[in-house]
Amino acid sequence: MSNKTATYDKIKQGLKKRRRSESRFRSIGIASISVGLLFIAILFISVTSKGYNAFTQTMIQIDVFFDPDVLDPNGSNKLESIARGDYRAVTRRTLSNTFKDVSSRRDKRQLYKILSSGAQFQIRDTALKNLSVIGTTIPVWVTASDDVDMMIKGVVDRKARPRVRRLSEKQMNWIRALESQGKVERQFNTTFFFGGDSREPELAGIAVALVGTILSILICLAFAVPFGVMAAVYLEEFAPKNRWTTLLEININNLAAVPSIVFGLLGLSVLLNVFELPRSSPLVGGMVLALMTLPTIIITGRSALMAVPPSIREAALAIGASRVQTVFHHVLPLAMPGVLTGTIIGSARALGETAPLLMIGMVAFIVDIPNSLTAPATALPIQVFLWADQPERAFGERTAAAILVLLIFTCLMNLAAVFLRRKFETRW
Amino acid sequence: MTPTSITPKARPAFKPSFAFSSSAEPLADFSPATTSQKIRAEQLNVFYAKTHALKNVDLSIPSNQVTALIGPSGCGKSTFLRCLNRMNDLIDVCRVEGNVSLDGKDIYAADQDVVMLRARVGMVFQKPNPFPKSIYENVAYGPRIHGLAESNDELDEIVFTSLERAGLLAEVKDRMKVPGTALSGGQQQRLCIARAIAVDPEIILMDEPCSALDPIATAKIEGLIEELRTQYTIVIVTHSMQQAARVSQKTAHFHMGELVESGATEQVFSSPENHMTRDYILGRIG
Repeated sequence: MSNKTATYDKIKQGLKKRRRSESRFRSIGIASISVGLLFIAILFISVTSKGYNAFTQTMIQIDVFFDPDVLDPNGSNKLESIARGDYRAVTRRTLSNTFKDVSSRRDKRQLYKILSSGAQFQIRDTALKNLSVIGTTIPVWVTASDDVDMMIKGVVDRKARPRVRRLSEKQMNWIRALESQGKVERQFNTTFFFGGDSREPELAGIAVALVGTILSILICLAFAVPFGVMAAVYLEEFAPKNRWTTLLEININNLAAVPSIVFGLLGLSVLLNVFELPRSSPLVGGMVLALMTLPTIIITGRSALMAVPPSIREAALAIGASRVQTVFHHVLPLAMPGVLTGTIIGSARALGETAPLLMIGMVAFIVDIPNSLTAPATALPIQVFLWADQPERAFGERTAAAILVLLIFTCLMNLAAVFLRRKFETRW
Repeated sequence: MTPTSITPKARPAFKPSFAFSSSAEPLADFSPATTSQKIRAEQLNVFYAKTHALKNVDLSIPSNQVTALIGPSGCGKSTFLRCLNRMNDLIDVCRVEGNVSLDGKDIYAADQDVVMLRARVGMVFQKPNPFPKSIYENVAYGPRIHGLAESNDELDEIVFTSLERAGLLAEVKDRMKVPGTALSGGQQQRLCIARAIAVDPEIILMDEPCSALDPIATAKIEGLIEELRTQYTIVIVTHSMQQAARVSQKTAHFHMGELVESGATEQVFSSPENHMTRDYILGRIG
């Protein structure tokens, strides 16, 4: 009996220590998670606080007189001739008429600069949409220049020195006058979502990058999923386990760790130089991303297949199913949630990949939204990279907004992964 | 389906002495002269890498009888069972030597199609392993892949008959769409039996089919085995001496990869020739 008390005493002595180490471990865990969450919070807050401004754009309303003498000199009232009209002159004349006291050439040049260089095209679009406006005066909302935009949004202090503000005292007065008439407004920035790249930040949009990214990811999935799943199925279910398959397995694991720029170089030297596929195209971009995603899909696919209980294989084989039937009727469907998760994790990584796309020329300045897989395009991370390089202040917030769109895209894909896994999951 | 099918009709209560009470079972069935041998294994040797799992086993399985394989764990009885439908092929390191013939034809011959073999030799496993699909799909899968049914009606017919023969139809006929995995353990095992007989095999191999089941479910399966014997040849691996005595007509005792003794169940249990078999049956070893 005394022996037993001694044993219990020993256990008691150790208990305190055990409890301490347990609580220590728990607090370390909580601390590390908190640090991680803190950094994510900082990232999101800084990106969102900078980027949300880019979702609106300062617009200025001007009363445009669609002068038939300038826009349609031969009076044909035909779309083709009106499309060729001198809208720059109309825009400038409108501004001069709004501020009649501006007379010197220098001041006029300053006046014209409060509007974006894209304003004339917006006026043209208004005319082309409705030819009956020719000869009348109607108010039109046009885009303000990026410097005005920054000032209105409060990114730049109104009281800052003109050189910092990049707006002269005169320009400030004109804008104040317009503001007092309620002709300056922040509107939803459609250009940002539906426009291509531009040298003017107020005219730059992410559409080319967004479409390019979507097309590239689709191509990536179209190549990587069938090849990856088939490779995983073969290696896991059919290949004999010998030295060669072990070597293959090691190499696949190595491929997963290869720096992505190397895949870009591979794409450059093989896809572009040997097969002469079109440069800068989502087709090549997607194929390069597929090469990058393939090892991830194979590895996760194999572990998903491995997790399917062998009893299911035995059950099917014992009925007389062939090995292919066993795999495709029973094993693969059960492994599907895992395969899908791997696929989406892989493509979410591909989504944010920049380096390989740089190598195959998706880093170009592209204005037109790609209409095919071989049309030149760029990708969201590349757009971020390009804009981050620009000196104009307004590009800063657009960069942040593009990052925000990219993050939202990634979150959506991860949500899709969770949803799909839930949907395909089998309960035993 | 009805409880009558599971109540022991003429099954003798297990007695340690193994003196069989006068049973209604036709004993004449056991004499080699009147029983045709369905499967014959000759000089069967099986190796797992370097482990010699079965040593020179000579055993024949009489048709339309239940043959029980008994012996301690790791003695090779499951290995022997898996040789009969070549499930050992799945194990890379497994090597089979010797001769196993089904109806006089070598099943390890080069021209033997494994799919065909497994369609003729069905199997039920230790742990019930229904597919995570509906009850209907579980049973319909075999006939479907073998193209046994011309139409959906025919398939329905096969599924319902198989479930009925497996004594499960009454319990599941209103919920054929329920996943097979949602059934109780005993029901799952009967579903697996239904799945095996849906392909209409000649032989059913059972690898400890009741080891994961409670006594009631075990009784049901045993009753089922007795009924199935009329149409199928059954080989059953079991750890339960009582079960072997109750359901089988022939018993083979394995020990350390060797076949120690085989013969009519009554004879093996009442007067075993080998002292090891006697000790094992009496519970002194194993």
